Amino acid sequence: MSTEAPGTAALRAPPGPHQSGARPAGAHAPPQVTGHGAGGPAPKRIIVGYGFWIFLLSDVIMFSSFFAAYAVLFKNTAGGPAAEQLFDLHNTAVETGCLLASTFTCGMASLAVGQRSQKWTQLALLATGLLGLAFITLEVREFVSLIARGAGPSRSAFLSSFFTLVGCHGVHVSAGLLWLGTMMAQFYAKGFRQDIRYRFLCFSLFWHALDIIWVGIFSLVYLVGTLPPELLP
Amino acid sequence: MSSEHDFDAGSNVGEDRPPGSAGRERTLRQEVLGYALGLALAVGLTAASFWVRGTDLVYGPGLAMALLVLAVAQMGIHLVFFLHITTDPDNENNVLALAFGVLIVCLIVFGSLWVMEHLNHNMAPMRELMQMQP
Repeated sequence: MSTEAPGTAALRAPPGPHQSGARPAGAHAPPQVTGHGAGGPAPKRIIVGYGFWIFLLSDVIMFSSFFAAYAVLFKNTAGGPAAEQLFDLHNTAVETGCLLASTFTCGMASLAVGQRSQKWTQLALLATGLLGLAFITLEVREFVSLIARGAGPSRSAFLSSFFTLVGCHGVHVSAGLLWLGTMMAQFYAKGFRQDIRYRFLCFSLFWHALDIIWVGIFSLVYLVGTLPPELLP
Repeated sequence: MSSEHDFDAGSNVGEDRPPGSAGRERTLRQEVLGYALGLALAVGLTAASFWVRGTDLVYGPGLAMALLVLAVAQMGIHLVFFLHITTDPDNENNVLALAFGVLIVCLIVFGSLWVMEHLNHNMAPMRELMQMQP
């Protein structure tokens, strides 16, 4: 015995595979979504990826304010050393190579996850982690040598902004390394479960985004920063 | 429809796609080649940045702008080849969010530089400020 008002049956979303209502007729039928929320929530895959994308963009905005602080404070060296006396571009080039290669191996890891290959997933993630570790080691060595030469973050406004910007990126990479370790353990212990693949999607987005930030850092902080003062805008 | 298959199946008709997942059905070989092409372009642009920094061939005062352009180009390469941000209709939401992010980043960076430049310019030198004290 139905108590429904006449005509409402057509308005009800048809039962979807996950009660989402978005895909009533299988994966390859056009969705019967008319907007205005009629189709129910988007699939979880979209929500996870898009939500993490929004987080990454907010992270990029945070970095942009550190970039702005560096650009504004760049000339305020308080009589201390300036960028062109401090930075070793060979070190920067090697760091850049490490991070670029690790972004590539991270992409290979996502392909291996797509193929459900435990061996290649673990190998690609291990390579990603080792390259990331090499990057962090080089960065820490550079920071230690700067501080030993009396160019620590408290020396001048320029150096404060430099250590904040580059250090913040380094902290992100370190956190990414921890996350990478947990991803390897989860793939090993739990296999290619769907929720773990969602986590891995987020991890790979995070790792690729960090490399984009590093492109800004090596170009603007190191390469533009060490130009002779008369060539700077 | 198995939910196992849902994740990597690529875009379905009319459905959105999260960033980081490749679009059309492609073979593994094509995917690997896509990443390799992205890596080659990124390495090329990085090498170009370091080369431009060390060469005398580029007009000196234009060096900073050249490096900025190379950096933006490389960021674009990363977005397209590694994060799989494209102009497909199923990527519209990702691109709109990115565009808003870029707007805010430009406002923060260029706004800060502009305002602080004028503040520096309008501020009296420190010595005169000290003399103005009673």
